[in-house]
Amino acid sequence: MNNQQNTPLLEMRNISKDFFGNQVLSDINLTLNEGEVIGLVGENGAGKSTLMRILFGANMIRETGGYGGDVLLNGEKVNFSSPFDAIEAGIGMVHQEFSLIPGFTTTENILLNREPVRKNLIAEIFGDRMNTLKRSEMDERAANAIELMGVNVDRKMVISDMPVGHKQFTEIARELSKEQLKLLILDEPTAVLTEKEAEALLAAIKGMAQRGIAIVFITHRLQEILSVCDRVIVMRDGYVVSEKNASDTSVDEITKAMVGREVAKTDSAEGKNRSFDQAKTILSISHLWVDMPGETVRDVSLDVKEGEILGIGGLAGQGKLGIPNGVMGLYQAGGKVTFEGKDIPLNSPRRCLDSSFAFVSEDRRGVGLLLDETLEWNIAFPAMQIQNKFLKNYLGGLVKWRDEAAIKEVTDRYIDELAIKCTSSKQKARELSGGNQQKVCLAKAFALNPRLLFVSEPTRGIDVGAKALVLDALKKFNRENGVTVVIVSSELEELRQSCDRIAIVSGGKIAGILPAASSVEELGALMLSQVI
Amino acid sequence: MNEKTVKKEKSWFGRLVENFGLPRLIITLFLVLLLILAPIVGADLPTQITNIIARFSWNGVLVLAMVPMVHSGCGLNFGLPLGIISGLLGATLSIEFGFTGALSFVMAILIATPFALVFGSGYGWLLNKIKGGEMMIATYVGFSSVSLMCMMWLILPYKSPNMVWGMAGKGLRTTISLEGYYDKVLANFLKIKIGNFEIPTGTILFFALLALAMWAFLHTKTGTAMTAVGSNPTFARAAGINVDRIRLLSVVMSTWLAAVGILVYEQGFGFVQLYMAPFYMALPAVSAILIGGASVNKASIVNVVVGTILFQGIVTMTPTVMNNMIHMDMSEIIRIIASNGMILYALTRKTEGSK
Repeated sequence: MNNQQNTPLLEMRNISKDFFGNQVLSDINLTLNEGEVIGLVGENGAGKSTLMRILFGANMIRETGGYGGDVLLNGEKVNFSSPFDAIEAGIGMVHQEFSLIPGFTTTENILLNREPVRKNLIAEIFGDRMNTLKRSEMDERAANAIELMGVNVDRKMVISDMPVGHKQFTEIARELSKEQLKLLILDEPTAVLTEKEAEALLAAIKGMAQRGIAIVFITHRLQEILSVCDRVIVMRDGYVVSEKNASDTSVDEITKAMVGREVAKTDSAEGKNRSFDQAKTILSISHLWVDMPGETVRDVSLDVKEGEILGIGGLAGQGKLGIPNGVMGLYQAGGKVTFEGKDIPLNSPRRCLDSSFAFVSEDRRGVGLLLDETLEWNIAFPAMQIQNKFLKNYLGGLVKWRDEAAIKEVTDRYIDELAIKCTSSKQKARELSGGNQQKVCLAKAFALNPRLLFVSEPTRGIDVGAKALVLDALKKFNRENGVTVVIVSSELEELRQSCDRIAIVSGGKIAGILPAASSVEELGALMLSQVI
Repeated sequence: MNEKTVKKEKSWFGRLVENFGLPRLIITLFLVLLLILAPIVGADLPTQITNIIARFSWNGVLVLAMVPMVHSGCGLNFGLPLGIISGLLGATLSIEFGFTGALSFVMAILIATPFALVFGSGYGWLLNKIKGGEMMIATYVGFSSVSLMCMMWLILPYKSPNMVWGMAGKGLRTTISLEGYYDKVLANFLKIKIGNFEIPTGTILFFALLALAMWAFLHTKTGTAMTAVGSNPTFARAAGINVDRIRLLSVVMSTWLAAVGILVYEQGFGFVQLYMAPFYMALPAVSAILIGGASVNKASIVNVVVGTILFQGIVTMTPTVMNNMIHMDMSEIIRIIASNGMILYALTRKTEGSK
């Protein structure tokens, strides 16, 4: 804003970062001037948080081998060895999760470990830790910091008694109370706020910017970005894909930049013509709520047609994972689920499995596999327990003996069919790679011969080749056995390729159901429509 | 060619270490060393071997009792005294009701069974409430049940003159001789005796029978479910298994086996030991199965057999050899150091093996 006009406050040049060969940031360039507000948007995993961690000198960046490129503050190259250095240099960060002490008051939290102190006799003897606090000065400084935001927060209130919005303001006030603060990073600060509080925060951001503080604002709420930011930077797959002045862009344009990928060659014609309007409804979910931490489902009503592949997409944390987990009874759920005209009781995995549902969990290692047992066990176990397959009966069914030969046979068949790479059917599931573990999970579900198959995040954490195989296996299973499949995935492109219809979940509700041939923009807009 | 053979030899030793486990290899070598030393320092070898086999036969079932709970993921059954108390109730009631000889052994098992079922169910219900802290709670269940029974042994209206204190005519004695009841009832069945060397065939057969039953159980549908529950409870739940019920079943099985185990122990030892005695039974059984190569959530019948032989071998041989060497009775001290040391070692290495 003054003589420093030509040297920007912050400049990031050619930043790149990989985690053990997995490139998450490539060639990022970013400049930020004093008093400027930039909005940083991108899908989950686009690299926003990693970029901010680099800027803030987070330990995990160094522990995983550092980063490439330069960070310049006021034209000087810096390399923070810890967040403390970054704070010293005038960078503040407000994280998504609160780091506040619940039993302390607002003032105490704002000035924690930076309290103005008064020397006394005991401190002379025992050192500075025995200094007494200057309460009145603390109060004043806290008041100033809160004043800067232009909101009203009770300075004497204990954090644990506060509404979330005020906790968020306290976090920001803490950063503001640091005199050297020049750059403030806000990581989804409005995610937990009510509309009114969010408005107040946006006003506060504008106020801070006028005082010369530069702000990086990360959020999924695009409208907010447009109303407060000067520039909008869109990241996708570790690249900056668009950088525009907020006045020159629109929500649609940003959405497209966020989710748009090279779609031309992956658009498979097959399946796109399938229509299930006439098909009967095999599964009907109405007013489902699921209490799954981080993936709360609020009110989902959804009909699944017999024989189709239905995709469920949405941003992380919006509740799409909660749907299959809730229906299968793994998390507390309520509402009404009807399968083939019969009511399915919730909260009882056994009853779902008996009604020939199967579920491939997104938590492969936690729920999906017996890591310490053989592939044979992994694949045959549910079918054995639920449908009494692979068992030999002795003494008139009194003794149900494991039929090792039958188990080996079915395992070998699936190893063959799904091209599972392993040394033998006796290998432990733990020793397989992620992609092959995922195939074992599918085989386990296939072995149940379900009428309806829920698959949750089938391609998470597996490489491209395995992804294609897994999706093909699902399609084949659907086409050849007439099994209805519901795929839940955060990867929109994958859903567009494999599914007949795509339901988008936003804010714990179904934001809309579109044919898979719909454009990325349409789906993307739905994804962001009810974000909370 | 040459390179190949070198590789092969390496893998031979590597395989041995991998399959048998380095700790077991070391302990086996130590035991062999003791057996070689024994005659040198003047201990009679056949007697020593007879001792080891006898102690193996007494303790085998108690160690076997560890298996179900390990499989269901409840950890090592430090609450073994609870099952032992059921067995002791069976033993004393059988005597009280006047059964003698082999029949008293059968009746002791029959009478102990309902106690084991009831205690085991309560214990299992408790363990289902505190998933994750089973072993700690189990320890205290063991402790407190022993203390409670210390009072009960005095209060319960036992009358049999063979069991109550002579002067008062009430309250059970600390040690009750089994002569005339089921002393050596299993051991003497088909006993093999060559000079100083004896094999209690009946006891070993009885153990083998129970071990076989356990092995068979683990191959059934329910047994498979039990192993899966221990391996990954969430997986089991997602596969429609009632995890709590399977865990409860495992605890009841373990408790019942402990009850039978103590009766087998008594028939070999020749005495019923009451009051604080059950207190000291859990740790040796735990150490034995750990030495045998079991981990906190994986255990096989082989682990039980190997572990019991190695543990009992060490605790019988070490004191004998040491005493003969330095002419001082250190047996109890060495036994305590050996058994607790081994538990400590095994628990620190709980990731060893398959998990």
